[in-house]
Amino acid sequence: MIVVDDLHKHFGGFHAVDGASLEIRKGSITGLIGPNGAGKTTLFNVIAGVHKQTSGRVLMDGEDITGLEPHELFHNGLLRTFQIAHEFSSMSCRENLMMVPAGQAGETLWNTWFGRKRIADEERALRAKADEVLEFLTISHLADHKAGQISGGQKKLLELGRTMMVDAKIVFLDEVGAGVNRTLLNTIADAIVRLNKERGYTFVVIEHDMDFIGRICDPVICMAEGKVLAEGTLAEIKANEQVIEAYLGTGLKNKDKIA
Amino acid sequence: MDLLNAFVALANFVLIPGLAYGSQLALGALGVTLVYGILRFSNFAHGDTMAFGTMAVILITWWFQSIGIHLGPLPTALLALPFGIAITAAVMIFTDRTVYRFYRKKKSDPVILVMVSLGVMFIMNGVVRFIIGPDDQSFADGERFLISARTFKQMTGLQEALAIRTSTAITVVTAVLVVAVLFWFLNKTRTGKSMRAFSDNEDLALLSGINPERVVIVTWLIVAALTTIAGTLYGLDKSFKPFTYFQLLLPFFAAAIVGGLGNPVGAIAGGFVIAFSEVTVTYAWKKVATYTLPESMAPDGLLQLLSTDYKFAVSFGILLIVLLFKPTGLFQGKSV
Repeated sequence: MIVVDDLHKHFGGFHAVDGASLEIRKGSITGLIGPNGAGKTTLFNVIAGVHKQTSGRVLMDGEDITGLEPHELFHNGLLRTFQIAHEFSSMSCRENLMMVPAGQAGETLWNTWFGRKRIADEERALRAKADEVLEFLTISHLADHKAGQISGGQKKLLELGRTMMVDAKIVFLDEVGAGVNRTLLNTIADAIVRLNKERGYTFVVIEHDMDFIGRICDPVICMAEGKVLAEGTLAEIKANEQVIEAYLGTGLKNKDKIA
Repeated sequence: MDLLNAFVALANFVLIPGLAYGSQLALGALGVTLVYGILRFSNFAHGDTMAFGTMAVILITWWFQSIGIHLGPLPTALLALPFGIAITAAVMIFTDRTVYRFYRKKKSDPVILVMVSLGVMFIMNGVVRFIIGPDDQSFADGERFLISARTFKQMTGLQEALAIRTSTAITVVTAVLVVAVLFWFLNKTRTGKSMRAFSDNEDLALLSGINPERVVIVTWLIVAALTTIAGTLYGLDKSFKPFTYFQLLLPFFAAAIVGGLGNPVGAIAGGFVIAFSEVTVTYAWKKVATYTLPESMAPDGLLQLLSTDYKFAVSFGILLIVLLFKPTGLFQGKSV
């Protein structure tokens, strides 16, 4: 589905992504792990068009998508969420969701003044869809709350909700579980698995919580120092010498996390 | 009676001019704030864009007058306004396509865009002077007064007069209408919401179905309309002179920053704060004081805190105070 070919991203002298190559299979929930600073988020940002790559290519279904603008990738069905949840803070949760779909009739100035009926019909449909998504995520009660005022975990759910407003093909989740309590994390995990099964979304998940990874991800890719170290099931990754070394390098404590 | 006279004098020289000037500043500051919020740079070319828009309106007004089109008691300029806006909008889109887009694609730092806008400012400045000249131009016609000083005195029998000029009334009414439409647009329409979303969180907006280029174009269109309207109202109320319009840049930025950059409500509030401060500080309070104070305390001097020549110092002072003590402005805009 996605093939990353020898990707480099340098910030000045710092090589955040240093020749990473990997493949993400269609219909999989791929976990992306690695110690802090391994280049996971930078890799996401390059794939999602936020940063321009220094060199290398990204292919989606055989097509070269390297260097496309984020909104162009969005049209191709490539969506992402952020490590720190992003939202339009001055709008309600429902409005946040209704912002997502592209090419709405209300986008043109002409329709704003002369296509009122078309916009009204479309908004009604979007509203229904947004309510459905909120229901699915068990946060219906937050529909009219300002998105800036809900909790961090709920924002993460809202981010996941954004991907459901359009027909996504592949969704990149950046530390979707960070700072989220257990119950909410289960809700998120369930939602991910259901979206994968029922709607055929492909997911790529960056996560530090190994239980979470073990429960939903297959395969798991481990990165360190901007390169891909290993790929396989979580059990195989845990047994991999190089991976253990990479984690140990950042402190003994992390060994428990891996083992 | 004396108190009433004092109030009428105050209304005539402070409240009403302040209201008109505040409306003009509010419209100008709205433009500054929209560009800052959505395109993320301080547009130094704003004052000269306003001069350009007003020039377009004036030229069309003159043409209308020469072929005998008039609006009766209203100034002909109102009729020319839509055409002026269209011309200004075309010029701004052209500027964006040829200049700003290049730097936007390169994801240049805001400070570079500010410098770029400085260049645009100089060019606009030259173009305006080249076409219409650097002198004062008057283009107001129609009835001059809604209520003239004489009628008011006859009606009320007061010593002081309250004259309401047509241009003042038009300024306030137009400003209210424009602000109402703008807020409806920003809060209720999909395009307006896209603009707010883009201003709120650009990263997220880019990863949604929002087309940034379209948001940018709509922003320039709105800014063109706002500046042209603000400039025309200012010109009708006072007079048109390219240099004065360039100088208005300072009160515009002061207003936008006082209110909180990027926040439309703040821009309006800021406009009035600046306008009333300026008018109050430069007004000679002698008359009001003579009416209100007992005779023995009647002042000898003019009681004018600052000569009108120094009125821009007021904006500058307020700007400094706000930046020092509350950089996000009164209404929590983006920090500068």
